[in-house]
Amino acid sequence: MEFGIVELSRLQFATTAMFHFLFVPLTIGLSIIVAIMETVYVMTNRPIWRQMTKFWGALFGINFAIGVATGITMEFQFGMNWSYFSQYVGDIFGAPLAIEGLMAFFLEATFVGLFFFGWDKLSKTAHLGVTWLVAIGSNFSALWILIANGWMQDPVGAAFNPMTMRMEMTDFWAVLFNEVAQAKFVHTVSAGYVTASVFVLGVSAWYLLRDRHVELARRSIAVAAAFGLASAFSVVLLGDESGYNATHSQKMKLAAIEGMWHTEPAPAAITAFGFPDQEARETHYAIHIPYVMGLIGTRSLTTEIPGITELVAQADTRIRSGMIAYEALLTLRAEREATPQVVKDTFERHSADLGFALLLRKYTDTPHLATEAQIKMAANDTVPTVWPLFWAFRIMAGLGFAFIGTMIYFFYRASFKRMQFPRPALHLAVWMIPTPWIAAEMGWFVAEFGRQPWTVDGVLPTALSVSALSMTEVAITLAGFVIFYSILFVVEMGLMLKYIRKGPFLEVAETEAWMKRHEIRLMGRKNADAIAMPAE
Amino acid sequence: MILHELLSYETLRLTWWVLVGVLLIGFALTDGFDMGVGALLPFVAKTDTERRVAINTVGPVWEGNQVWFILGGGAIFAAWPPLYAVSFSGFYLAMWIVLAALIVRPVAFKYRSKRDDPRWRATWDWALFAGGAVPATIFGVAVGNVLQGVPFHFTDDLHAIYEGVWYVKFLSLLNPFALCAGVVSLAMLVMHGAAWLTLKAEGPVQTRARRIGSWAALVAIGGYIGLGLWLAYGFDGYQIAGAYVTGGPSNPLHFEVTKGGSWMQAYALRPWIAIAPIMGVVGGLMAYLGLRAGREITTLLASKMAIFGMIASVGLTMFPFILPSSTDPRSSLTVWNASSSHLTLFIMLVVTVIFLPLILIYTAWVYKVLWGKVTEADVSENSHGLY
Repeated sequence: MEFGIVELSRLQFATTAMFHFLFVPLTIGLSIIVAIMETVYVMTNRPIWRQMTKFWGALFGINFAIGVATGITMEFQFGMNWSYFSQYVGDIFGAPLAIEGLMAFFLEATFVGLFFFGWDKLSKTAHLGVTWLVAIGSNFSALWILIANGWMQDPVGAAFNPMTMRMEMTDFWAVLFNEVAQAKFVHTVSAGYVTASVFVLGVSAWYLLRDRHVELARRSIAVAAAFGLASAFSVVLLGDESGYNATHSQKMKLAAIEGMWHTEPAPAAITAFGFPDQEARETHYAIHIPYVMGLIGTRSLTTEIPGITELVAQADTRIRSGMIAYEALLTLRAEREATPQVVKDTFERHSADLGFALLLRKYTDTPHLATEAQIKMAANDTVPTVWPLFWAFRIMAGLGFAFIGTMIYFFYRASFKRMQFPRPALHLAVWMIPTPWIAAEMGWFVAEFGRQPWTVDGVLPTALSVSALSMTEVAITLAGFVIFYSILFVVEMGLMLKYIRKGPFLEVAETEAWMKRHEIRLMGRKNADAIAMPAE
Repeated sequence: MILHELLSYETLRLTWWVLVGVLLIGFALTDGFDMGVGALLPFVAKTDTERRVAINTVGPVWEGNQVWFILGGGAIFAAWPPLYAVSFSGFYLAMWIVLAALIVRPVAFKYRSKRDDPRWRATWDWALFAGGAVPATIFGVAVGNVLQGVPFHFTDDLHAIYEGVWYVKFLSLLNPFALCAGVVSLAMLVMHGAAWLTLKAEGPVQTRARRIGSWAALVAIGGYIGLGLWLAYGFDGYQIAGAYVTGGPSNPLHFEVTKGGSWMQAYALRPWIAIAPIMGVVGGLMAYLGLRAGREITTLLASKMAIFGMIASVGLTMFPFILPSSTDPRSSLTVWNASSSHLTLFIMLVVTVIFLPLILIYTAWVYKVLWGKVTEADVSENSHGLY
């Protein structure tokens, strides 16, 4: 594969997106865990729970700052590096991004300041409300981003408009309630909850191993294990839901993940292990588990799941149909309203395949005149590289089951064994801290790399989506991002470790003293308000 | 869905032109003072405690304020995809510098006071300075370039292509007119930051802010008037030629545009828009006097009025253009040919009508909770809780 502007732009997007997603899952999950802890504090009025809220809240803050900073890059990169994508599908894709800002990010960012600065200025319940609003904001944020991403995986509710030369929204509800987006949302936020649970569990285990902050650590493990158990089940089950959805919307991705080179008789077997060989269209040393794939993918014993070879043949047909649409589009573009009805009808019939003709643009500027050889190459391009997908998926799924096991164990010890944890288990919990991040990054890799060669599945090829930039420009910014992000990463890790080593700022006794002072302050304010009201 | 046809395509396009203006002005009014405070930081605060006072005046609110910018970007993407596609990629390196500044700034806020080491703090202080001053300048430079027209054209299938080698493309953004616009934009936000510090701080920080801010107000007003004259006599404007439909498909290539005449013809055509530059100049003068006299709330309101007037005047002068092309005027983006579809504009309007008022209400509540001055005593008493 030659390395050009498309590959360089993809590298930059992958780098910045994967870096961004180091921080997002922890923000999503930790915001909820902190809110749960503060709820317990407000309900029981016990200082230890406030201490926990403030401690995990401080770690949340360090993480949140970089999540926001790197998120801005994500929003701007579509326009900067993927300008044809933005022009071609912005009518649909832009809306959820803007709604995310209006509905979620504003909420989260406005109240996060009060979360940190409002302790002295708000009553207990008001502060709890603020914390929940931050948590709800972070989670809603994920919803809208995944509606946007879900549409790229399964572009429903939109059609090509030849007058504006772009995709336009035809049904907002279809975009909003896209099954792929809904499954991805629950899967992704659950992954965030698991990440935060494993993080809280691991850090607390580290304290227990050192016999420090034992009260805080035990209670934190109780919260993390319960919350983590529910989330780990959810992340795996909803992952299965994604697989089911992929069967009818992203057949090629599913076939590539499974290394299914040919259609098999239903119900298909799942390949647990093997070495996929792209050239030979074969998986060497494969270990199959019968029936499982067919059951997960189709939830039936009789429906077939198409293999890669059969899907390439389908792509070939769609490319030929797309070429007819493309030729009609040339007339439409030149004649506009004056286009003969016959041509308009031809376009209507074939416009769903227009994206497949655009695959030919890699080989020719006149797709409607493509040669047989070019059509064949373009059809073969619809197969993503199988082995990275095959392995990334298995690492992710394996870790998913490991999380369930870990959470069951800690939940059991916390609930029925009086919070007594054997040291090896605590060591294991500490070592597990990085694993949810690995699983999350693998998951995104499968989702995005598996969609190649498309940015929008079946609609717009990645090769066409880039901005008309020079290699030098993108190389400069990519180098800049790498340097910047590396520094940020070192700084962030340094601060995280510093704060974890230090433990909570206020001891329980000090927290209790603060609570008394706060009561008095609020009483005083009420009296002061009664007099000072008109001045405001 | 037929509901969206309750509002005509033309009305929706106009409404979104106003709304995007509102969001961008909202950004300048809120995050503007954060950036102004950042740009002022090394000059108004000398000791560590003074710096922490200055930083903590914006500490709890900058994060929410910055969302105006992100939302501005998102709204442009949703309402005018071609504008988002052409401008963000056309100003590629400049946009990257803005991004870099906006990445450093949040981190600087959060991390500065997490270590006691003076060198650590000094480094982040400079990051805060750059995070305020650099975007404030670049936004002005961008506006200066948009007024002159940007060298790009569309291919038949609406691929945006920019003329020139990459470094020529970047360096030509830094022309004299645009650089002056950058200075005006920086001065305007420094004035705004000073007005904010006057309200939220006291003692030496406030005194210095008032002195520097009043100079900045003078530079902003003088520069704004100068640029107006320069634009009137030194540069061509753009006009849509021939007949056109305001409710037709969003395809720039369906329009004919000519370069020539003056932007200032807009004032002959619609004299009422003169209110915007008048607000800009009068607001600036009032802010100047307010800073000199040490008035707090009045100064901040005057500064807001100045910013509102100055930014609105750019949009109103160019209307209906939003991004003219200097090398291929036909590719110019206008309100009538660069919007989203009728349906998308309608849906986004419904969402905005519901959520924008909510945002204003809870933002106002947050400011009310945080009402009052940040003092040196606050900072030293609460060294863990604050930045």
